[in-house]
Amino acid sequence: MKTDCCGENNKKEPFGRVSHLKPFATTPLSQNKKEDAACCGPPPGPECSRFARPGYEICGFVEDFMDTAAGSVPRIGTKLSVTDHAISVMARFGIGRDSYGIAPGIYCAGTPDADSPVLVTANYKLTFDALRKELSSLSAWILVLDTRGINVWCAAGKSLFSTGEVIKRVKVSGLDKIVNHRELILPQLSATGVSVIDVKKGCGFRVVWGPIRANDIKQFLDAGKKADEPMRRVTFTVSERLVLVPVELSFLVKPTVFILLGFFILSGIGTEIFSLKDAWSRGIMAALAYAAGIFAGAVFVPAILPWLPGKAFSIKGAVTGIIASIFVMIFLKDVANAWELTALFLCTTAVSSYLGMNFTGSTPYTSPSGVEKEMRKAMPLQALAGLASIILWIGAAFVR
Amino acid sequence: MQDFRYLYDVSTLALNREACIGCGMCEIVCPHGVFKVENKKAGIVDKNGCMECGACAKNCPTEAVTVTPGVGCAAYIIQTWIIGKNGNSRGIAKCC
Repeated sequence: MKTDCCGENNKKEPFGRVSHLKPFATTPLSQNKKEDAACCGPPPGPECSRFARPGYEICGFVEDFMDTAAGSVPRIGTKLSVTDHAISVMARFGIGRDSYGIAPGIYCAGTPDADSPVLVTANYKLTFDALRKELSSLSAWILVLDTRGINVWCAAGKSLFSTGEVIKRVKVSGLDKIVNHRELILPQLSATGVSVIDVKKGCGFRVVWGPIRANDIKQFLDAGKKADEPMRRVTFTVSERLVLVPVELSFLVKPTVFILLGFFILSGIGTEIFSLKDAWSRGIMAALAYAAGIFAGAVFVPAILPWLPGKAFSIKGAVTGIIASIFVMIFLKDVANAWELTALFLCTTAVSSYLGMNFTGSTPYTSPSGVEKEMRKAMPLQALAGLASIILWIGAAFVR
Repeated sequence: MQDFRYLYDVSTLALNREACIGCGMCEIVCPHGVFKVENKKAGIVDKNGCMECGACAKNCPTEAVTVTPGVGCAAYIIQTWIIGKNGNSRGIAKCC
């Protein structure tokens, strides 16, 4: 059974549900121009691809198929299309975050033979794209593991890019029938989940650790499968940091709805028990302070991370939070009293400190022991600041 | 990555030099250059650079390297406080 299809269409029952049939399966085979002219409407599309099979859909990145001893293997294009880029942007914004998996199995690039290298990777579309765009002048086999649509490093940390999955995929795909050698090139960051010794024991293939980044793969192969030191070190450049911001923000949408609702309710409490007018006018101020905290913690911290004082991210977040809250206080100084300004200051700073701390999960250098240590110290203070902010905010309504 | 330094003296990384056979696997897999092999023995040259990813321990043939690996993500750690380290699959999937 071929495994060259993607996503939800990868239904393998030969007598699967009719709803999976794609319209192109019924495209008329005749391309006779005269017949077309006789009919109404626009001319029909091109004839169905000769690779089409009922119940399957051919992925956009597949150019054609190559026959091998282990069945036909899809040959992938090495140029990213507009659609590929659009999909990447969507993933970066957290839209349909769990639906970027591609079918695991063997793919190929160029015209590989039995001696060509085997590159192993994750089945996250963005990871796969990052690899295939580097293969334009290479001939290689690509063994895609089922990492549940998660990138190499995170999948390795979650034991999805694992020793067991490598062994299983090598066996299921029939790789030993395709290549003469017994060598797999794995991305270095998968070492968190894969043991060289156990892979060798489990399937007879020797693991060679490739570079961390796909864009070093050609240089790595040209150098006789040797990686120099920069290839073996993670980086965290400003663009690598900023690309993480949208998805961090997308995680905040849901809690923000409840938090804003809470702000408007708390803001209405006062001498008249509950005032809708105050709920709105004071709620807007609270929302502004909250938004400033989000910007300071989830955008400013990643952007200027190495230049912020302190090693703990909660401190870095508090620093940007204090700066942002100064702007908030200056902006609202004529409409808010001293109690309220203090409450807003605490709100912005606490939110920013928390979100700064939360960014540790996205960095490639923070140790869990360190994060836990900092959380034990910072979270009580953040909670205290939040609580004080709420008390001051409600109290302010009675002294206005 | 020398511009990016996290909290010092927290890593659980440990190396038993007597058990080390100097294969150099830890030096290859570490993304932060924490190890250096000299005179057929690995040494920890930058312990504070360690992020406890666990690649070295996973690939040490003699279990000379040990570390408690994990994910340095606040949301994940809060969940481990609430539902324990093994949690449910949903709790773990929410991270990074």
